[in-house]
Amino acid sequence: MALYSEKVMDHFMNPRNVGVIEDADGVGEVGNAKCGDIMKMYLKIDDDIITDVKFETFGCASAIASSSMATELIKGKPVEDAMELTNKAVAEALDGLPDYKMHCSVLAEEAIQSALEDYRNKKEQA
Amino acid sequence: MQIYADNAATTKMSEAAIRTMTEYMQTWYGNPSSLYRIGQRAKEKLEEARAEIAGVINAEPREIIFTSGGSEADNQALLTAALNGKKKGKTHIISSAFEHHAILHTLKKLEKNGFEVTLLPVHENGIVRTDELEAAIREDTCLVTIMTANNEIGTIQPVSEIGAICRKHGIVFHTDAVQAVGHLPIDVKAQNIDMLSASAHKFHGPKGVGFLYVRKGILIQNLIEGGAQERGKRAGTENLPGIAAMAEALKESVADMEKKNAHMAEIRDYLIRGLSGIPHSALNGDAEQRLPGNVNFSFEGIEGESILILLDMRGISASSGSACTSGALDPSHVLLAIGRIHDVAHGSLRLSIGEDITKEEADHIIGSVREVVEHLRSFSPVWRDLTEGKKEFILK
Ligand SMILES: Cc1ncc(COP(=O)(O)O)c(C=O)c1O
Ligand SMILES: [Zn+2]
Repeated sequence: MALYSEKVMDHFMNPRNVGVIEDADGVGEVGNAKCGDIMKMYLKIDDDIITDVKFETFGCASAIASSSMATELIKGKPVEDAMELTNKAVAEALDGLPDYKMHCSVLAEEAIQSALEDYRNKKEQA
Repeated sequence: MQIYADNAATTKMSEAAIRTMTEYMQTWYGNPSSLYRIGQRAKEKLEEARAEIAGVINAEPREIIFTSGGSEADNQALLTAALNGKKKGKTHIISSAFEHHAILHTLKKLEKNGFEVTLLPVHENGIVRTDELEAAIREDTCLVTIMTANNEIGTIQPVSEIGAICRKHGIVFHTDAVQAVGHLPIDVKAQNIDMLSASAHKFHGPKGVGFLYVRKGILIQNLIEGGAQERGKRAGTENLPGIAAMAEALKESVADMEKKNAHMAEIRDYLIRGLSGIPHSALNGDAEQRLPGNVNFSFEGIEGESILILLDMRGISASSGSACTSGALDPSHVLLAIGRIHDVAHGSLRLSIGEDITKEEADHIIGSVREVVEHLRSFSPVWRDLTEGKKEFILK
């Protein structure tokens, strides 16, 4: 058995939506070098719809695949839907992760929630 | 191209070792403790292997105990010195910060049982200093255990000097030589080594078999109680096929060691030069005092597991000092011991090449590592912060 599913390998080898959005409406960064994975999410939001999303990740294969999958799951979706995104949904969409790698998908959920919070804060201030 | 560059983890068995093992399973299946001829022939074969192995490290045959591998040998060596020391009221042990876990975890257990342990620093070059060793020695020191060569960064310790110091102070000296036996010349008499651990699968022998050398005069303590095998010091019917294959593999490994080492060291240095060309990278451990097959690098801004999986996709099997497992990622204690902070310890790569490595393979490795590092850095937020000056580079 391989360590990771084909889906994980696909998203790790060919991550979707990598990069930055210069004029992002929401940016979130979670994790730290000590724990080993760091994720940064950039959201472009129009009319409460996530029109674009990009990510940067420092970390293991499941962290990179989780970030990539998470961006796919929320792209084009209403903010409300994105707020409901769970790490379980990310892991399931990847056809599962090894138990000891589930925490990497938690980071993907947290990165998106943190970017959405940033978006809400900016909106309130505006 | 398929390149196995993880020989420090384990090696492929040699053809001769496989042949020996098969022959012994088919022919010498008797129990060496049995009285009939098949058993007694097995006993003779066992002693032949013991004499061959002893010869390689300049020990007496009766000073060799067969074990299930390096971990068991390490455990038994430490227990032996600890129990013998305790009888004389000596409960202080000196070791180093970057020993294998077979040593460090056993030391932890001894600490819980009233022993005091001093771990010597290994400094940036990954080598213990003999003046610091001498300064750490106390009246109640019963054991010094320092590895011959480190398994992650390959640095070679001043074993002969350590042996001389220990002999001068009348302290037992054990060395975990699992990474060295079959790869470096060892002479337990000339180097004043009292105990030494070795494992067959690190020199093209089978897994699950190794040996412990204990200088005669030292009372050996049992780890495994039971039958009277190994002169009563290690119970259990002997793994004769494994032991004979180990002897065969060791004989082969040391036969043209100098030539093999010269070749490996040349490729090692070629790899080191090639990888040093990657910006913000650094070799871990001393460049000269290191195993001829070991290359270990840190690359800033990226993480080890990703490097390994992408290298695997390019046909290269390697390893890393980092493993993102249970939420708190533990970088290798070896890299932390040489002063690499977490950020850099995570992005490490160990290549342990074999004697059949070619220049073309080395070129493929260098090219692949460059590609992989560049790719992972292209979407690393850490790398972005570093290049945009928001964070200081650690590796210049
Ligand atoms: C330095 C060192 N000591 C001990 C061991 C343990 O040897 P074994 O796997 O034979 O138990 C290893 C191998 O991983 C090693 O590299
Ligand atoms: Zn991870």
